[in-house]
Amino acid sequence: MAPKLPIYMDNHATTPVDPRVVEAMKPYFTEKFGNAASRNHEFGWVAEEGVENARAQVARLINATPKEIVFTSGATESTNLAIKGVAEMYREKGNHIITQVTEHKATLDTCKRLEKYGYEVTYLPVEKDGRINLDDLRRAITPKTILISIMYANNEIGVVQPIAEIGKIAKEKGIFFHVDGVQAIGKIPVDVQKDGIDLMSISAHKIYGPKGVGALYVRRKNPRVQLAAIIDGGGHERGMRSGTLNVPGIVGLGKACELCQQEMAAESERLRGLRERLRESIMSRLDETFINGSMEHRLPHSLNISFAYVEGESLLMGINDVAVSSGSACTSATLEPSYVLKALGVGEDLAHTSIRFGLGRFNTQEEVDYVADRVVETVSRLRELSPLYEMAKEGVDISKMKWVAASDTH
Amino acid sequence: MAYSDKVVEHYKNPRNVGSLDKSDPNVGTGLVGAPECGDVMKLQMKVNPDTRVIEDAKFKTFGCGSAIASSSLATEWVKGKTVEEALAIKNTDIVRELALPPVKIHCSVLAEDAIKAALGDWKKKQGEVEAKPAETSAAAN
Repeated sequence: MAPKLPIYMDNHATTPVDPRVVEAMKPYFTEKFGNAASRNHEFGWVAEEGVENARAQVARLINATPKEIVFTSGATESTNLAIKGVAEMYREKGNHIITQVTEHKATLDTCKRLEKYGYEVTYLPVEKDGRINLDDLRRAITPKTILISIMYANNEIGVVQPIAEIGKIAKEKGIFFHVDGVQAIGKIPVDVQKDGIDLMSISAHKIYGPKGVGALYVRRKNPRVQLAAIIDGGGHERGMRSGTLNVPGIVGLGKACELCQQEMAAESERLRGLRERLRESIMSRLDETFINGSMEHRLPHSLNISFAYVEGESLLMGINDVAVSSGSACTSATLEPSYVLKALGVGEDLAHTSIRFGLGRFNTQEEVDYVADRVVETVSRLRELSPLYEMAKEGVDISKMKWVAASDTH
Repeated sequence: MAYSDKVVEHYKNPRNVGSLDKSDPNVGTGLVGAPECGDVMKLQMKVNPDTRVIEDAKFKTFGCGSAIASSSLATEWVKGKTVEEALAIKNTDIVRELALPPVKIHCSVLAEDAIKAALGDWKKKQGEVEAKPAETSAAAN
């Protein structure tokens, strides 16, 4: 049976809202519209009840307590609050932060801003498989280190970092540990106790919830983490995040977390099966394809492949009824190929040829088969068009060629 | 990236894809671009040495849709032209014909470079003196 087109397979970027989440949110737009901070009437109490229920749902998914959940506008804000909040609050203690090179821009650019204000940041490199080396981390720690910020799983390659080990090191040294949990939460088991996490950024729209809402987990004991707020105002969220609560969004985030908790085990197994089907179907039919990042330590729904000798944007153009994304420079605003792939040591030539597939709750086997066929067909066609493929087949070593630059620079 | 219909059409039905015999003295080959920049064009032209008319042109391109379209268009344009007419093709002509957005202008530049490189190679083979052979004008980047 032919699947319905176009097919969405870019679930690392965002996910559709689960219809059950929409249903849970609906009353909070109309009859339950109250301000959760209104303490003296029914409308406020009902809204507050919705928020508190959601807080418990979020907390349960990550083994936290409800009071440790602070609602925000999304994970970018959560990460800003975590890093800047700790940096300001613990300035007396130290000014050194450790992160790593394949973090999301929300983390990297927040750290860059703090550098301007006199903080020192160590950006750990990653190994070929996309994971940091724990000895590098240990060596980077100084008496001035106040925060380690490492993502649970990467958004481009799906590689999962050794979070529990990092948490242990952070605890031993008495350093706070912030985790960008966006890609991992709801997809693989995340437990702030077992993993030794002190702060964690959470986003709703990556887990079949609405956009514009997220949360920050802030540990309350062993150790208690205090944050300087970055948004001042009415003192909502125990002073950590002022601003009227986005009640329907928060209810949606809560419901999304509840669904993930109930369905994660079965869903991740199903998606792993589909992912492997996609991988085998593509890689068994095409030569010179390379997986980017560890296959062992990877989210179950995630696949990133470089197709040598075929430029990523032209490949996307050929499969234009399939929504995926590419690490090619031509698809980015900066005209730079993916910094994540570069950090893994993937050559720029291969970074230009990479495609990220992100499977999700609503993808079917028929869709996977269709996408695999289209990819194989398009890569084969573009390789017929590729002078590099021709040269490679003739035995020319492309890396040793002397290339003539275009007249302009780019 | 929203492409013009002409780019999409060339991408879907590229003209004159393939290779000519690069050892043929009447065939000029131009290979420009670099894999790490995300585009490489190979343009070949078979030129009649008596009439100086380009009788055949073939290309292969590694690159985005507009790089493929620019080189496909270039082969279409040079066929039937004399060497001098082909050398007069400007990248801006390609930009206009394909309605390339500003970020894709370098694709048209590459196509112009490929024409010049291929005809430079042909002239060299014919023993005509090239002031600045395109193949050695720039180091690999």
